[in-house]
Amino acid sequence: MIETCVPRLSVAVQAALGPFSLQASLEVGAEPLALVGPNGSGKTSLLLAILGLRTPDRGRIVLSDEILFDTALAIDRPTEERHLAYLPQDFGLFPHLTVVDNVAFALACRSESASPKQRCALAMTWLDRFAIGHLAKRNPSQLSGGERQRVALARALASSPKALLLDEPTASLDVEARVEVRAFLADSIRSLGLPTILVTHDVMDVEALASRIAVLEKGQVVACGLLHDVRAAPPTSFARRLLSSPTVPGTGPICTQGVHHN
Amino acid sequence: MKRAAGSRASSGRLYNAAMVGLGGVLLLFLVLPFVALVFDGGPEAIWRGLGCALTWPALRLSLATTLISVALVVLGGTPLAWWLARSRWRSARWLEILLQLPVVIPPAVGGIALLLAFGRRGLFGEALERLGWTPAFSVVAVVMAQVFVSAPFYLQAAVQAFGRLDPSLLAVARSLGASPPRLFLRVALPLARPWLIGGAAMSWARALGEFGATLMFAGNMTGKTQTLPLAIYTALELDIHTAQALSLLLVVFAFALLLFLRRFNRGAETTRRLATS
Repeated sequence: MIETCVPRLSVAVQAALGPFSLQASLEVGAEPLALVGPNGSGKTSLLLAILGLRTPDRGRIVLSDEILFDTALAIDRPTEERHLAYLPQDFGLFPHLTVVDNVAFALACRSESASPKQRCALAMTWLDRFAIGHLAKRNPSQLSGGERQRVALARALASSPKALLLDEPTASLDVEARVEVRAFLADSIRSLGLPTILVTHDVMDVEALASRIAVLEKGQVVACGLLHDVRAAPPTSFARRLLSSPTVPGTGPICTQGVHHN
Repeated sequence: MKRAAGSRASSGRLYNAAMVGLGGVLLLFLVLPFVALVFDGGPEAIWRGLGCALTWPALRLSLATTLISVALVVLGGTPLAWWLARSRWRSARWLEILLQLPVVIPPAVGGIALLLAFGRRGLFGEALERLGWTPAFSVVAVVMAQVFVSAPFYLQAAVQAFGRLDPSLLAVARSLGASPPRLFLRVALPLARPWLIGGAAMSWARALGEFGATLMFAGNMTGKTQTLPLAIYTALELDIHTAQALSLLLVVFAFALLLFLRRFNRGAETTRRLATS
C-alpha cells in the first residue's frame, strides 16, 4: 500500500442511473473540487456513492490510504466508518437537540469512552472556535441560515473527518447570507486542507470555494480541471452557460438566476 | 335584474337549506345515541349498573390486558416498523399490506384464525401443548387477540413516521459516525416520537374495544377472560342499564383518549414540521 502524505480522495464508480449510467472518475487532493451539472446528471448519486448510502455496480473509492469501496476486493465500508463530513443542502441539524448537543452527538459517535460532561465541554470549545458559543443552548429552528451552517460545520469537524462533502451549501440561503456563508466556508475549506467536493448550481460558489471543477452530464464527467481552463474551453453548452455568466467574485450578484446588478 | 337577484337569493337559500339539512340529519343520527347513552334511565340506574358484579373484574381485566397488549405491540412493532420503513425489498411492501389485513377483516375472522393457529387442535396448538402451554380460553388468549387486532394500527403509524423522516438527517447522522443502534435510538426514535405515541394511543383504543376475536379465542368467562366489551354483551341479557353503565365507562376512556391526542398533536406540530422533509 502506498503511503501518501497529502490526503486524497479518488473515486471511480459505475452505477445504473435511470435512463443512463453513471460512470465517473474523480481525484480530489488538497484543492477543493466543484462538481457541477444539470439536474439529474448524477451529482447526487455520485455523492451518495462516496458516502456509502448508495452502492455502485462497480468501482473503487479510496480515501488517502484507506479503501472505502472496491468491488474487485469486495470491500464496502459502511457510511459510519468512512469518516466523511457531509453537509446537506439544509445543513441537517438535528431539530430535537440543542446546538451544543448537536456537536456532542458527533463526539459521542467517535468516542464512547468520554463522559457526557466531557463531551459537552469539548463541544463548547468547538462552538467557541467558530465564534458561536453564545448559541449553545438554542434550538436549530431559532438560528439564521449562516448560524446553522457554522453549527453544521463545527459538528462535522468534531467527528474528525478525512474529507468534506458539501451539497449545495448556499442554495437554501437568502442572498445576504450567501455572501457571508461563502466567505466563511472559503476560509474554513482553505484552513482545513481536507479533500473537498462541493456540489453546486451556483457559479459564485465555484469561484469562491473551489479551484478545480468537474462537469457531470448524463452520468459522464465531460470536463475536469482547473476552473480557468474549463472556462476557457467549455465542453458543452451547459458548461458554457454556467461558466460564462459575468460575475465579479465576492460581490454577490446571483447570475445563475438571471438577476444582473451593476 | 331584480328577478335575477331574487332567483340568486332563493337558490342561495336552497343551497343553504340542503347543506344544513343533509349534514344535520347525519349529525343528529350520530349524536342521539350518545344522548341516550348518557341520559336514559337517569344517574341512579347508571350508578346501580356500575355496582353490578360484572363491572370491576371486567374493568380490571380490560385495563391490565390492554396495557400489556400495547406494551407488547410497541416493543415488537417499533423495530419491525423501522425495518419495514427502511427496507428496499419489494417483499417488504407486500408484508406491509399483509400486516394491515387485521384492520379490514372482521374481528371474528381473526378469532377463528387465532383458534386454528394456537387453539388446542390448531396448527401450532399441539406443539404448544406438548410444551405444556395451552393459551386458548385463558387471559393470555385475551392479550393475544388484542395484540392481533391492534398491532396494525401502531405499525401503520410507525412505518409512516419512520418513512417520513428527512433522509438527509439520517445520512448526516451516519456520516458523523452513528452506529445503527445510535441512529435508531438517538435520531430516529426521538424524531418519530409524536407519531409513535399517536399510533400507540390508537392501538390501545382498538385493544380496549376488542370483542369478536376475544370471544372466539378467549371466551367470555367472568373474572377470567371477560373484558369490558364482553361484559356489556353479557350484561345486556341481565339488565340494559348495567350494559349502559359499562358502555359509558368505555365512552369516557375513548373521550379522554381523543382529548389527549388533540392536545398532544398540537404540541407535537412543531417537532413534526422540523423532523420531516
